[in-house]
Formats: sequence, structure tokens, C-alpha cells
Amino acid sequence: MSNKKLVAFLAFLLIYTGVFSQTLISGMVKDTKGRPIPGASITLKNSFDGATSDSLGKYSFSSSDTGLQTLTVSSVGYRSIEIILQITGKSIQLNLQIKEEPNELKAVTISAGSFAAGDSKRGAVMSSLDIATTAGSNADITAALKTLPGTQQVGEQEGLFVRGGTGQETKQFIDGSLVNNPYYSSVPDISTRGRFSPFLFKGTVFSTGGYSALYGQALSSVLLLESVDLPERSEIDASISPIVVGVGTQQLANNKKYSWGMSYSYVNVAVYFGLVSQKPDYFRLPAYHNADANFRIKTNNGGMIKYYTTFAYNDLGLRTADIDSSNLKNAFNLTNHNWYNNLSWRQPLNNGWRMTLMTSFSTNLDNIQQQVQGPDNLPHFYPDTAYMQSKNFILANKQNLTTGKAVFEKKLSGLSSFRFGVEYWYNNNPLTYNDTLKVLHDHLISGFTEVNIYLTNELAAQLGVRYEYSTLLKQSDIGPRISLAYKTGKDAQISAAYGIFYEKPDNQQLFYTTDLKFTQATHYILNYQKMSKDQIFRIEAYYKLYNNLVKTVPMGYNYFNYTNGGSGYADGIDFFWRDKKTFKDFDYWISYSYIDTKRQFMNYPSKITPDFVATNTASLVMKRFITDWKAGFNFTYTFATGRPYYNFMINNEGKYYTADQGHTKDYQSLNFSCEYIPSLGKVKPKTFIVLFASMSNVLGYNPIYGYHYSFNGQTKQPITPPANRFYFVGCFLSWGVDRTQDAINNNL
Amino acid sequence: MKYLLLSFLILGTFLTNAQSDKYEAAMKNNLALFDSAKSTAQFLSVANTFERIGDAEKTQWLPYYYAGLALSIPAWADPNIDKDANSTRINTLCDKAEALDTNSEIYVLRNMSATQQMMVDPQTRWQTYGTQASKDLQIATKLNPDNPRIYYLQGQSLFNTPTAFGGGKDKAKPLFEKAIVLFKADKPKPFWPNWGLESTKEQLAKCQ
Repeated sequence: MSNKKLVAFLAFLLIYTGVFSQTLISGMVKDTKGRPIPGASITLKNSFDGATSDSLGKYSFSSSDTGLQTLTVSSVGYRSIEIILQITGKSIQLNLQIKEEPNELKAVTISAGSFAAGDSKRGAVMSSLDIATTAGSNADITAALKTLPGTQQVGEQEGLFVRGGTGQETKQFIDGSLVNNPYYSSVPDISTRGRFSPFLFKGTVFSTGGYSALYGQALSSVLLLESVDLPERSEIDASISPIVVGVGTQQLANNKKYSWGMSYSYVNVAVYFGLVSQKPDYFRLPAYHNADANFRIKTNNGGMIKYYTTFAYNDLGLRTADIDSSNLKNAFNLTNHNWYNNLSWRQPLNNGWRMTLMTSFSTNLDNIQQQVQGPDNLPHFYPDTAYMQSKNFILANKQNLTTGKAVFEKKLSGLSSFRFGVEYWYNNNPLTYNDTLKVLHDHLISGFTEVNIYLTNELAAQLGVRYEYSTLLKQSDIGPRISLAYKTGKDAQISAAYGIFYEKPDNQQLFYTTDLKFTQATHYILNYQKMSKDQIFRIEAYYKLYNNLVKTVPMGYNYFNYTNGGSGYADGIDFFWRDKKTFKDFDYWISYSYIDTKRQFMNYPSKITPDFVATNTASLVMKRFITDWKAGFNFTYTFATGRPYYNFMINNEGKYYTADQGHTKDYQSLNFSCEYIPSLGKVKPKTFIVLFASMSNVLGYNPIYGYHYSFNGQTKQPITPPANRFYFVGCFLSWGVDRTQDAINNNL
Repeated sequence: MKYLLLSFLILGTFLTNAQSDKYEAAMKNNLALFDSAKSTAQFLSVANTFERIGDAEKTQWLPYYYAGLALSIPAWADPNIDKDANSTRINTLCDKAEALDTNSEIYVLRNMSATQQMMVDPQTRWQTYGTQASKDLQIATKLNPDNPRIYYLQGQSLFNTPTAFGGGKDKAKPLFEKAIVLFKADKPKPFWPNWGLESTKEQLAKCQ
């Protein structure tokens, strides 16, 4: 081989190994809005060559590769791209553009009119432990929700009175199915508790208006409760207190694919009423039996079947002074049987579809007997005095509700999705009043559709429509629902909602006449919120227009007709601030509501402020956990301006008029509770113990919720709580699960 | 003809050596960059480079490991890093590494990634990410009980848990001491992780 050829050959080798040729590739990386993107990775596929864009979005690197090459550009939060390049040795100036990836965690969420909580939503407002540790709640969901803005402090009746609406205007749903009797049976002038423990639920959405098309038949708001899925581990629980004892178990299968559980509790106030005197004279001390059972099964592809059943029996009898006389009493006797069942199946299908099937069945029987009694506690009869005789009655009210609902959901591109479904409620209500039996049957059929559109990560819209038809009313309705949300900055957004909501008149009214239409409320809501992990700021303004409210038309004593001639409005502002970080180990929130509302409905002679509304309501909730003592202390202070009260009587023309009216004094209460967790600090305690104590109305305030008037309107009696304070002490034990981290992380 | 054959043989060995030399040179250079990195941008840049090396080499787990490690270091202190997105990327890198070699170091990295995600909101996330972090460290221990970094991280976790809850300096101290003994005995293979001795010594000093 000649020298020349050798040199040529060596040169060829060197060129082949690419020692000489390096191509410079450089440029800028920008997003679709032209903003530079720092930290993007630009790589020549299958080589070590590449670069990371700097703080100005510029990148630059050199490569010895030649020919057709693939350049990839990737950056967290953006869709990666690939570009084919021809590398010839000449330096390449290449500017790159990448598109933002829709991100569920960062995207704006529709929030107007709702407080969402639970693991799946960022920025939990109220978890079940939150509800239990809110002083004054004693682990009752409704009582804890009353510390949020938009709710009224109605102490003499159960229910959530939201933004000028009655308690009937808020409906509760468990796993999508309507709950017909969410509270224990009504007792005159006493507010009863909710039937469900907050620990059954992993998520709570409390909507103060403008709720989704998936729900209906509530003029003011919905409370959506989502039950827990599989428990973490098998366990046995017990609770002991002077008022209630209970025991229960949750068992998780070894393969963690299914679980079952059951529990029983018994409430008896004999000991407690012996120690703390109550105003009414209880001739049958309240006793409650509650038993429940559940199972949960994981299906393949990430689905879940859940079944929950609860049976409750309660019994009580009490006497109060009769308002129309000086020495007579009203004796009220109640026995209740309630059986509630809920079955749901959520199942992801193929192609981004998801199905949820829900059904529930409940039956509730109230046996009520009321009697006028003399000082001797013997019954008195008044065959000639209608208004007195009407206080002697026997009532058997059986409420059966069967529901079924199917929702199909499909994910569209990005975060958008749409859903549609149908719902069916069969309401069967036989009522026996003295000797007369009346029955109501209603089939309510609903169809709905809703679409969530994410125009960008910052702008989202939810559009829906709901159609309902009632066979009893022979009426149908159709209600649009529109919500928009726009992200204004980091963790901040403004949101607006509009919707028309319908509700059937109460069965009490339908027993008299079914010639009624749906009542109607139109909501307009605007809100601004800034929500980070430890702080929530929220301000919301609303305007509600009510139409077709039910008006009572007197037709003689104790006989009425009803029409849809009522109407009204409600507007106001709600404010909420929660802060878990400014003060060490201290969690507090402040709610304030202002409301201006007038309505004409029932026996109201004209548009007036309803008697269940206070113009200004404010709550301050405080929780402090002292790590060294392993104990937490909670205070809730609530203030509300006075409520109006009225006496409506019927004049000579057979119309209602306001015979007397006034305003109650302001309402305030300071509630206290504390918990002590001795197991904290033990690495794996065999028994997890929580000691809990609470006292309501620490300041000893005497609230007046309103007034009852005698039949002749001459006397009025204040409506006050059955006891000035409620005390509770209890011990909760749990075996088989390490709850230490649970308590730590919920209190840190 | 002879020269042609010879040159092809030389070329062949030159090319393969060049390839492995290229890899070793790249790893050496980038490990030096990694050791000297201070800012989030510097760590991100060296992480991207390591991932590039891993994707090009296709048989080496170490580049993916260091890419993940480089992403995790600034995430402890920098509040501007999106922890969920960052940890998702670290986990993907761990998956790519584990496809090539299953070992204790990858699970130590997985543990740190899960811990960082949990710290975003410990109240709601301890059940998912907290449990995941513990599991990862348990697997790491099974794969190599003599990995000193495991005990350093366990000590860290106890150090940051309040005494009333079963943590504190006294509980952490023996773990740091055990880690130091194992660090001294640790003889990692070329390019294998050897970090943690200085940090462990610092933490042990805080326990005295």
C-alpha cells in the first residue's frame, strides 16, 4: 500500500469516527403564547447530544452525527415533540414551540356555590375528622356545616337552611342517591341529629347553590356525601359514654379486593337526663337502636360496588305546657322505624367511558300520638272546640322511597368530559290520620346531560340541562345549569353560576291537593376564591328569584287548599377565610353571611322576611392541638342577629293577616370540645384510644328562636332549647389498625 | 488487502472502545457536574443529560438513576418545584432503571420521591405516599440490607418526627451511627452511588 493511499485511508477512518465534523444546533424554546421555556430538554435521539434550555429559553449544543436525525423536545407540563432534521455539517438555527399539557391538578375547577372536601379534591374544607373536632357539632355533619357561610342558625328544627331557603330546600344524597329521611324524626321545637356518622364518608360536597344537572328537586342546595371505599385494614371499634354505647367491625379481605362490616349502637338518655335536667317532662325517655352493615367489592378495571344498609328504631315521649290554657299539657309520643339501603356500582369501561349505577330503597314509619292532658296527665277531649280537639290525634306516616339512577361519562380531549343519565324516584306515602287513610304515589322520572369543557387550563365551563316529570303532579320541568370558572392567578380563580331549580311541593301539601306545579328558584352566583394548601379565602355574592312557591288558602278550620301563588327573592354575600399556617398548630376559620330576603309563601300574607332568617350570621371556629399533651382543644363562637317572628291569623274575609310581629334578640353561642389521644407516641399501639369531651353554650346564653302564639293571639311563648347546655364525655377504642399517623397528620 | 482487513479490525475495536469510552467519559464528566451543581437549573440540566445518556446507551441503569437523583436533590428545598410532576418524572426514571437492574439504590431513590410527594400535604397524603415511601425502604432493605443510605433516610424520618409521636433525636441517633459504620465498609462499584456520608455525619452531630 502506498503512503498516499494510507494517508487517505487514515483520513477516511478519522472522518468515519467523526472526529472532525461537529454541527452546532441552537435556538429558542417557546410556548404557544411566545413565552420562553427554561429547563426544557432538547435531545438528538439515540445520542448523548443535547442541551437544557436556559432561563431565557435558549439552547445550544453540537453533535457529530450526520444525516437524518430526530430531535426530541420535552419539558414537564408540556406535550413532547419530535422533529426530523437533516444534519449536513452546516450549523442549524432551530426555534421550537411546545404546547402546554392540560393538568388536572393545576386546572381551574368549577367552584361557584360549592364547598368541596375529600382526598380527591385539593384544598379540603371539611374532612370527617374536621367535622368531629368542630366544637358544637358532636360529630353531626349538619351541625358542623352550620359553621360555613350561607347557613342559618335554626336551633329548633333540623335541616340546613341555606340562603333564605327552608330546610326542605336542601336535599342530601349518598353516593348519588337521594336520602329521604336524613334526620331522625321531628320532635316539636327540638332539632334532631342526622342519621349518618361523618366517618362513613370520604368526601363531602356542600353546595350553597348552582349545583350540577345530575341533581334536582332542591330549591336551595344539595349536600353530596360520598362513602369511603375499602378500609385500610381490618379493625374492631367500640364507643362508650353515658349516652351511647356501640361496637362495630370492618373486615378487609386478605387479597384487599373486598371488605364487609357491621355495627350496632344504643342510645339511652336515662343516666344523662338524671344528671342534666331538661325542660320538657319526658314520660318516655328517648332510646335509639341503630344497626348497620356494609360490603364493598373491587371489580376489575378499577370499578367498585358498595352496599350500605342501616336500620334504626327510636322511641320517646314528652310533655310541654299547652299554650292555650293555664294548666293543660301537650303530650307527644313518637315511635320510629327506619330502614335505609344504598347500592352503587361505579365502573370504568372501554374507550374512556365510565358508568355509575345507583339504587336505593328506604322505608320510614313514624307512629305519633299527641294528646291534651290535664295536670293529672290524663287525656282531655274537646268535641266542641275544634282547635283544642285537633291537638288530640294519632298519626301513622309511612314514607317509602325507591330510587334508581344511571350516569354515563366519557372523557374527551384534555380534561373535558361529558355525561348523561336518567333517574327514577318512586315515592309511596300512606298516611293514616286518626281513622282516615290517604295515600300518595309519585313516579318522578328525570333525564340530564352535562358537559365540562376546558377551553384552556385557565378557563373551564360546565353546561347542563335537567328534565323532570312527576306522574302525581302531571307536570314536567326543564332546568338549565351553566357555570364558568376562570383562573386569575396562582391558586386564585373567579367563578360564576346560573341555574333554574325545581322542587315538588311537600307531601303534607300534596295530601290536600295535587293540582300544583313544581316550585322554582333561579340562581345567579359570582365568586372569587384563593385556595392554597393551608389557606382558603372565598367571597361569594348571590341572587335567587323564587317563583310558584306554595301558598296556603284557608278553607275553614284545619282544612286548607294550596296554590302556587307564592314568590320571593334572596340576595346576599358570603365570606370565608380558613388559615392553618399563620399560627403554629392552630387551625381556624371565619364565616360571615349577609342576607336580604323576602318571600310570600304558606300563610304569609305578603312578601316578608321569613322567620328562619337572620340578616347577619358569623362563626369563628378554632382548633389547637398541643403535641406535648397529646390533646386538642376546640372552640366555636357563633353570632347571629335576631330573627323575625310573626303571628298570622285569619280575618273576616278568610285571608291571612299579621296580627303580631317582632324580632328576637341576637343569638350567640360558644361551644367547646377537646380530645385526648394517649396512644400517640406508641409506635404500634394495640388499642387506639380517643377520649372526647364537649360542652355547648359555655357562656350560658339563653337563646330565643322565635315565639308560639295561642289560638286567640293573646299569649306568646318563647321557643327555647330543651336544655341550656349539652355535655358529652366519651371514649372511642379501636383495635387492629395503627391510627397514630392518622391523628398526627390530621392535627399537624 | 491485508491492510484493509487489519484496518477494519482496528476500526471495529476502536469504535467499540470509543463507545464504552464515550460512556465512561460522559459519566465521569456529568458526575463531576452533578457534584458541583448548586441551583435547580443546574441539577435539571445534568438530569436531562443523564437521561440522554441512558436513552442512548439502552443497557445502563446508572444514568437513569443519577437523572432521578439529580431531580430529587433541589426538590427538598425549592418551593417552586411542582413536587407531583417532579416525582412522576423521577418514578419514570426509576422504572427505566429497574428494567435494566433491580437493586436497593433505585428503591432508596423511590423512597425519596414518594416522601417528597407526601410532604405536599401530609394530612391527606400520608396514607398513599407515606405508606409507599415505607414500602420502598422495606424493599431496599431486602435487596441490600447493608446499604447505608437506607439507615440515613430512616434516621432522617425519625429525626423530623416529634418526640411525643415516637420520633426525635434519641431514636434517630442509633440509625445514623449504623449508617456511618456501613458507609465506612461500603465499597461501591464504579459509578455506583456513594453519597450520604457527609450528610449523615452532620445529622449525627445534631443528635449529640
